[in-house]
Amino acid sequence: MTMTTNPAKASRWSRIWNSNMGYSFRRNPVAVVSLAIFVFITAMALLAPIIAPFNPYDPAQIDIMNSEFPPVWIDGSDAQFVFGTDDQGRDLWSTILYGTRLSLLIGLCAVMLQAFLGISIGLIAGYVGGRLDSLLMRMADIQLSFSTLMVAIIFLAVTQAMFGSETFNQYAIYFLIAVIGVAEWPQYARTVRATVLAEKKKEYVDSARVLGFGPLRIMVRHILPNSLSPIFVISTVQVANAIISEASLSFLGLGMPPSQPSLGSLISSGFDYIFSGSWWITAIPGVLLVVLVLVINLLGDWMRDVLNPKLYKG
Amino acid sequence: MSLLSVRDLTVKFAMRDHTVTALDNISFDLAKGERLGIVGESGAGKSITGFSLMNLLSRPGFIDAGKILFRGEDIVKMPQSRMRGIRGNRMAMIFQDPMVTLNPVLTIGQQMVETLMAHRTLSKAEAEQIAIVKLREVYIPSPEERLAQYPHELSGGMRQRIIIAIALLLDPELIIADEPTTALDVTIQADIMELLLELCQSNKVGLILITHDLGVVSQMTERTLVMYAGKIIEAGRTREIINDPQHPYTQGLINALPQQTKPGMRLKQIPGNMPSLTAIPPGCPFSPRCEYVRDHCRTTRPETVQYAHVEVACHEVSRLHQENTEEQPA
Repeated sequence: MTMTTNPAKASRWSRIWNSNMGYSFRRNPVAVVSLAIFVFITAMALLAPIIAPFNPYDPAQIDIMNSEFPPVWIDGSDAQFVFGTDDQGRDLWSTILYGTRLSLLIGLCAVMLQAFLGISIGLIAGYVGGRLDSLLMRMADIQLSFSTLMVAIIFLAVTQAMFGSETFNQYAIYFLIAVIGVAEWPQYARTVRATVLAEKKKEYVDSARVLGFGPLRIMVRHILPNSLSPIFVISTVQVANAIISEASLSFLGLGMPPSQPSLGSLISSGFDYIFSGSWWITAIPGVLLVVLVLVINLLGDWMRDVLNPKLYKG
Repeated sequence: MSLLSVRDLTVKFAMRDHTVTALDNISFDLAKGERLGIVGESGAGKSITGFSLMNLLSRPGFIDAGKILFRGEDIVKMPQSRMRGIRGNRMAMIFQDPMVTLNPVLTIGQQMVETLMAHRTLSKAEAEQIAIVKLREVYIPSPEERLAQYPHELSGGMRQRIIIAIALLLDPELIIADEPTTALDVTIQADIMELLLELCQSNKVGLILITHDLGVVSQMTERTLVMYAGKIIEAGRTREIINDPQHPYTQGLINALPQQTKPGMRLKQIPGNMPSLTAIPPGCPFSPRCEYVRDHCRTTRPETVQYAHVEVACHEVSRLHQENTEEQPA
């Protein structure tokens, strides 16, 4: 089976590699380094169960006596724990790996939800136009006039109070995805609507209508693929934003519970010990979070430059 | 029974507090396999006529009155879902600029297969076979390879051929071609027209050719409508209209052809511009520009009358004819 799929894959890969985007990627060291770091972090996070020396979710492997060991390059460390341990005696390296996994998962899923909502609403608003367009866009305006964090804090605080801490902690990941996804859909909806308005005036849309295609098919198969470049660009920014939102909410105690820490809750739990000298519990995941968000944003910047029709027209 | 029969079609555009009439009581027929030309200046309502026949007028335009009978059924009253089954299937349309008519992100093959599968129940392989046959019919070299290509990889003439192939995919009975060669190179224009003529003749497809080029009309069509300010002012067999135009406007158009002028002389032109749709004169719409105008031309609408071999909407057509024959005694 691999034999039959390989040639097609190779040609597709070489097509991407030789395209304008591939060329500009190779010529841009910032983009290459950013992608390398991003892929590295993602791979580490995905492979966490294999790479990590400990399982931070398994209480049997945690010994409170191991708490607050510093990283190995500092005196008084334990060689078992490369980046030291946190306040509960968990290996920080393993916890970071698992935490990054959660942060990335929440970020990506939230953005997929945003994209789904925003693209559907933007497509419909732009294509149908008229009153429906006004209605949907006013909804977007209203949504945007609340800050994401405010909506999220209110929603998460209310659900936490409603379901109780235990149930909330159990389903925290879904709540986070839902709230970050719903709070940010207008970003997509506005961008998509603007491109759809420009695209639907083009003659290929007329010609699709003349060929007897229905509105749904024209929207999804003809207009949407032609509006993809701005969607790609905002997606990168939105993933970075979603990861930060998740970290902020977890830091405020409204996100992932300490027993299942994401990068944000790890930073938060270390924050209490920062003045007692255990800076690494906050600093190491903090640096990782900054690097992760930075490389995603740099990739987004590069992509915006490449896909911007004002800078480049094929 | 004629394939298409348009009766008293009136199309209006809704402005903020009033409407303007873009098409005013248009009536014409098209027999099966017949080729009809619609000529006129820009803004005369030619393209609006084309879109009305597809019932695809976009806002603010709407069909105010009249009937469009296609194979005996009124398109105006037909529900959208049924109309979609006719568009592209029984009736196809070819647009002006092939550079923008094809979807840039889909391959030629995807676009052709999609069109076929939207109207017929076929497998993808069967659809591709039909697409290849049709591409061969429009003289596209190595059609199998074209299927995998994107529109930007092909030249303008090639793309227009592909668009014609897409229009012919489902063997429609009527093709509406809206200035199909205006955006093309002069050398390719003749090829495309020849191709279109050949295909229409061999497949017995009806053709409505919308153009402002009288030369093209005389080569391609059997009958011609001359439009001015949303009205049909002269209709008849193409040969008669070209050789012996009755309406002063048609005469002006034909005299304005560069071939009618001796080298070194100024080109003849019709003075003035076509009135805008918001300010159509009350009587004959052509009266402000007409050199034979009389008082009643400015106040009363001319009826369409049968004169010589054509139908013409002009009060003064008989006087005109007399004067013309007096000027040039046989």
